[in-house]
Amino acid sequence: MNDVLDISILQMAVAFIYVGAVILIVRIVGIPREMQIVVASLRMTVQLVAAGYVLLYLFDTDAIWLSFLVLAGMETFAVYNAIKRANMPLSPAIKRIITLALPIGTLVSLAFFLIVVVGEHAWRDPRYLIPLAGMIIGSAMTGVTLGTTRLVDGIRTQRASIETALMLGASPQDATRHIVRNAFDAAILPTINSMVGMGIVILPGMMTGQILSGTSPLIAIKYQIAIMLAIMGSVSFTVLILVDRGYRTFFNDEAQLVIPAIDQELMPRKSRTS
Amino acid sequence: MFALHHVQVGTILDIPQLRIPAGKVTCIVGRSGAGKSTLLKLLNRMISPDRGDILFQDTSISQIDPVELRRQVVMLPQTPVMFDGTVRDNLLVGLRFSDRPDVDDASLKRILEVVDLRKNLDQDASSLSGGEKQRVALGRILAMQPVAALLDEPSSALDAGTERVVIERLIAAARERGITIIMVTHSRSLAEQTADHLIEVDNGRCVELTGVQP
Repeated sequence: MNDVLDISILQMAVAFIYVGAVILIVRIVGIPREMQIVVASLRMTVQLVAAGYVLLYLFDTDAIWLSFLVLAGMETFAVYNAIKRANMPLSPAIKRIITLALPIGTLVSLAFFLIVVVGEHAWRDPRYLIPLAGMIIGSAMTGVTLGTTRLVDGIRTQRASIETALMLGASPQDATRHIVRNAFDAAILPTINSMVGMGIVILPGMMTGQILSGTSPLIAIKYQIAIMLAIMGSVSFTVLILVDRGYRTFFNDEAQLVIPAIDQELMPRKSRTS
Repeated sequence: MFALHHVQVGTILDIPQLRIPAGKVTCIVGRSGAGKSTLLKLLNRMISPDRGDILFQDTSISQIDPVELRRQVVMLPQTPVMFDGTVRDNLLVGLRFSDRPDVDDASLKRILEVVDLRKNLDQDASSLSGGEKQRVALGRILAMQPVAALLDEPSSALDAGTERVVIERLIAAARERGITIIMVTHSRSLAEQTADHLIEVDNGRCVELTGVQP
């Protein structure tokens, strides 16, 4: 049960033959996506080889600060990527909120999972800290990207509805409530979907990895259940901070809807005159 | 009710002094782009002046919580917006925003009669025509019974035949309830017929033509 079946470099290289076959088929069918498949496969390989060596080094060293440094790097990358993948101009205020929401939401969840759920000083062990941080931060990053897109797009496109609500005495919170809810729903939907299909359609990567490396499936599922709950909590918490703080950036102290200058360039100019 | 002192909004509006009386119907007329809507938006803090002061019931509106002010001084924009839900939901939306209790169906049906809309309260509001949506929006005012209502071209989506009837009925109902009406309209004849107090905005300046129909 505990014998790990290692695969050689040659065996691993054989896996690329499979990708080669896919590229051939794509070419025959006439879908010009060979380069994307090649680049993605090579990029993934290089990134994972580098990650493997970094993890090997981290697991062998007692310097916990190095793990924290990697954690900080992951958070920085996640913030950068969430902003970039939103694929729309974002105001500095929204960017600041993403920069705060992601680390706060993910670190609280990670700390709870490692300290309270796993315990036994797991937070100081890079074998637990780094992979679990990766899963939690990765899911939260996707959630933040989706939540930001929905929130900002919703406020931009439903400006008339928000202003009408304000004119009828709604608070900014009431005037944007449906947009905030939609943004939250959109952000947690992928996590909900993956939870619903888990064990039936999806055997998640962490659980598969543990089983392949010889861990009992019963231990693997306990970890998987706990990590999925941590991911759910982390995505929800992070997105909640994002949407709750985010909608406020579109209002000034006088409860007036203020579309930041960066947005004005994208919208048909609405005159202040009659 | 409102008193404006040395109010300026960029190059759009420049008002040295202006008074708008309580419990009356004030109409604002003027050419397109003259600053009429800007004047309305100033009164419930949807926009803020660059300079000057606006008093509402002798208190500077800058001293009143903007959300609380808008619950007393309700505004209807030129293009009516329906929220998700039924005609009933849309008539009650302002009350719900203010955390006030709903008005009963009998009262809502009377409001629909005032705005000349023969529709079921349970009908989905998104299925209404432009003119019907505008009537529902006008009905919100009567359901909310604010201190003052700011109406920006309230008949723009109504056809010429019903425009005058609906507005006259609305104004009569507002007078009964003691609601101050401040209305921007493109129709000078409608303004002259319905207004107690008439203001013309011309190139950012207000000219008071009071006493048209005392």
